[in-house]
Amino acid sequence: MAKTDSLQGSLDLLVLKILSRRPRLHGYAIMTAIANNSGEVLRAEEGSLYPALYRMEEAGWIRAEWIKKDTGRRARVYELTAAGKKQLGAEESRWQSVSVAINRVLREA
Amino acid sequence: MSWWTRISNAVFGERLNHEIDEELQSHIEEAIAVGRDPKEVQRAFGSTLRAREASYRIRTTGWLESIVSDISFGWRQLCRNKLASAAAVISLALGIGSCVAAFRLIDALLWRPLPISGSSKLYVLSHRMIGFDGKPLEDSHWSTPEFNAMRDTVKEQADLIAISDADRTDIAWSTDDDMEKAHVVYVSGNMFPLFFPQGLEPALGRLLTPSDDRGPGLNPFAVLSWDYWNQRFGRDPHVLGRSIHIGDQTFEIIGVGPRDFTGTEKGTVTDIFVPLNMNRLASEASWNWHRMFLMLKPNVNPATDLEPLRQHLSAVSHAFQVECSTCFRGMTQTNIDRFLNQTLVFNAAGAGISELQSDYRRLLGILGLLVALVLLIACVNVANMMTAQAAGRAHEMALRVSIGAGRRRLVQLILAQSALLAVLASVLGAIFAAWSAPFVLGLINPPDNPARLDLPADWRVLLFGFGLIILVVLLLGLLPALRASAVRPVAALKGGEDPHSPRRLMRGAIGLQVAFCFLVLFLSSLFVTSFQRLQNRPLGFSTDRLLLIETVAGKGQLPIVWNQTAEALRAAPGVDSVAISGWPLLGRIRINSDISINGAPPSPTPAWFMNVSPGWLSTMKISLVSGSDFRPEDTSPGAAIVNETFVKTFFAGQDPIGRTFERGANQPLYKIVGVTHDVPYNDLREPNSAVFYVPFDEIDDKSTPKVVDFATFAIHTNAQNPLILANSLRQLIAQRHNGLRVSNITTQLELLRDQTIRERLIAMLAGFFAVVALLLAGIGLYAVLNYSVLQRRREIGIRMAIGSTRAGIVRIVTFDVFVVVALGGCAGVALGFGAARYVESLFYQVKATDADMLGLPTCAILLTALVATLPPMLRALRIDPTEILRTD
Repeated sequence: MAKTDSLQGSLDLLVLKILSRRPRLHGYAIMTAIANNSGEVLRAEEGSLYPALYRMEEAGWIRAEWIKKDTGRRARVYELTAAGKKQLGAEESRWQSVSVAINRVLREA
Repeated sequence: MSWWTRISNAVFGERLNHEIDEELQSHIEEAIAVGRDPKEVQRAFGSTLRAREASYRIRTTGWLESIVSDISFGWRQLCRNKLASAAAVISLALGIGSCVAAFRLIDALLWRPLPISGSSKLYVLSHRMIGFDGKPLEDSHWSTPEFNAMRDTVKEQADLIAISDADRTDIAWSTDDDMEKAHVVYVSGNMFPLFFPQGLEPALGRLLTPSDDRGPGLNPFAVLSWDYWNQRFGRDPHVLGRSIHIGDQTFEIIGVGPRDFTGTEKGTVTDIFVPLNMNRLASEASWNWHRMFLMLKPNVNPATDLEPLRQHLSAVSHAFQVECSTCFRGMTQTNIDRFLNQTLVFNAAGAGISELQSDYRRLLGILGLLVALVLLIACVNVANMMTAQAAGRAHEMALRVSIGAGRRRLVQLILAQSALLAVLASVLGAIFAAWSAPFVLGLINPPDNPARLDLPADWRVLLFGFGLIILVVLLLGLLPALRASAVRPVAALKGGEDPHSPRRLMRGAIGLQVAFCFLVLFLSSLFVTSFQRLQNRPLGFSTDRLLLIETVAGKGQLPIVWNQTAEALRAAPGVDSVAISGWPLLGRIRINSDISINGAPPSPTPAWFMNVSPGWLSTMKISLVSGSDFRPEDTSPGAAIVNETFVKTFFAGQDPIGRTFERGANQPLYKIVGVTHDVPYNDLREPNSAVFYVPFDEIDDKSTPKVVDFATFAIHTNAQNPLILANSLRQLIAQRHNGLRVSNITTQLELLRDQTIRERLIAMLAGFFAVVALLLAGIGLYAVLNYSVLQRRREIGIRMAIGSTRAGIVRIVTFDVFVVVALGGCAGVALGFGAARYVESLFYQVKATDADMLGLPTCAILLTALVATLPPMLRALRIDPTEILRTD
């Protein structure tokens, strides 16, 4: 699997979360959304975003569909599936517990 | 992502690459549109190729993708060597197709359960005893009174069902109509309700029930089989209520049976079912004329309750026979004891029961063995080809291993190639099987009673075919695959491991192939010789230009009517001579009679007999040894003509002319007027037996003539094909309106051919597979030798250079192959003797130990080996040492 620099392990969570708020986004839009919503702190790299999307598609968390853009070019848009929603819940709670744990370590060490 | 998408992604890899590219391109354009630097965007993606690769991996299934690439690689390998691959596919197709066809026949005739409910709880009852010829005998025919007695005593545990054989019977649709033939079966009234309980409706009307089978002649009802209704009446619903005339009885059609049910006699399709008690034989305690089936009640456990049930029924049957007053009338005490000392046996009958099954069980077993051997030979050939290829690719394999290919992947690579071969071959094979199974069945074709069998291509056949493909893939690929995966890269890249090891493997395979091939040839030479000897057996009569008109007379006609008809036939154009006999020689009828000399008790062996008119012997061209033919005024009882075996058996070879015998104790006398040569009476395979002929004109004890209700006109014609006279003679008989009706017209030649159908079939099939096996073995031998010469080019060149003679070269090239052929041949002989014992009953006057039976296959194999080794040998001799040494 390709490396995710600033998003080690949490790219899936972010993509799922963004798709849960705004369905039918294409890859570029997902990337920009991650950047915008994080105040330009987090950046998903193209090289890791697409493999991650395909992996999640294969896992059945998201599904893809080709649409025609205004420019005439086709774009592939993604949306969450029911399994994806469940996965998002699981990832969120995992993230919560991990960040609580990390914070505790930072405080007490 | 669905399975289907993943599979289609794997298969259409190019399209997937396009899609990924398109999406990435669209992404880049978006980025540029919002003002990002194109170069920077490109950089963010890194290498497009890598991005695509990473994405591609995820969107296909790894293993599937690798299989697809292995298959396409395998395909390219096959295409590189088109001729060899085509030969491989065709030989495998022949093997697979023959196996599937044989399976279809065996399954349809012997294994497939009848389409009835409870077929697994159905048994057939037979008596096992010692026949009067001293051989063990198993017969499953019973008399109706005995059936009734037995049925009533086991009511609680089982139902007994009586079903007669499907006899080809003369029927007519009105009294004036021409007669036609239909297979009529008499069944007890409980058959339909037991075979088709609720839910299985008749196709039309209603089926027979126990209340339709109450007593002799009470319920003249008939049920047609669906097949007959379809073929004869085009499924006309108005057939209900029509009348069928069988003999002098008239039946009303009350229904049509369930669609798939064609009776319990595999190989014969029943046309008409009528109640058991409508047959006059049903009241005769001494006539064993129908089979008896037993169906267990649902609450009965076959494992534990069958044996007590058998013993119980056996006791009932024995008691019945002891009580029976008419059963043994006229029999000698020895024969009565022999008959009473019988065992009752149950045989599973879920797949039906028929003569065809018992006649062809062994033949089909042999057919199965032959096709399996041919498939094995073909597999060995192809596996050898693949081993040679794999050896040629040892370098490539080593390279693959050294750059990190997994062993599993290598095995997969080779198995993919063999699977490809097997699948291609099975497609061709399926076509071959679809054609050949009905073709072979069509050869079991007595002219008036061809075997009919449903040969569906359903899940049973598919499952078998699928299993066969898997087996073939493993046989073909496993060995080469394991060898290839065990390659040690260092050794292989250094210039080859032990160069002899693939050759050793291939030589072992050749030995195996020769053994199988020998077995096939050995069996075929036995069968072909059997057939030839049977066909060329001296007959003692002539079949040339002989037309046989089997004729019936409903309530019987006096001999004078028959003789007048014969006179009329004699006057017809194209007719040379006409005679009458009760039934034809080599036909289906044979009747024996006790013989008693000078009032002594009857001898233990009875003799066969036949009623014949004066002139019958000369029409049949049967020559007299002494004495004379019957005179027109001779009657039966009165005069008799006997054959040579009769004289040997009953008169110790002394001149019997003028002496007398009786048919049983205290019967009227017959005076012997002539002696004929032996002719086969009923079965071509059996040794000659004692036969006597009596005059056609029979009288009773008051010297009044007796009526005759069936007889056969034997007509010697002057036409090459006597059947061209059939129609005019049939009309001639019909126009006389004297109560005689033609039942069947055939020729003596056809009856003779009938006798050898099974032998001809097995000889033909065995001959065919022998040729195929020999051809395949020859090709295999050639390929292995050729490969070995190519591989040892350098060695041979050096040997030549240092002065080896040509003979020496030939010796090193061929010696070990001939050793292997000899070893394989020996193994084949051993296998052959084993197999021959199993099928001895199919042989006629040949023994497995006959010298020429062993010599023929040996010569054939040696000759093939010689022809196959010649080209590689010449190639070895043409090797030019200077060239070899220069190139290396």
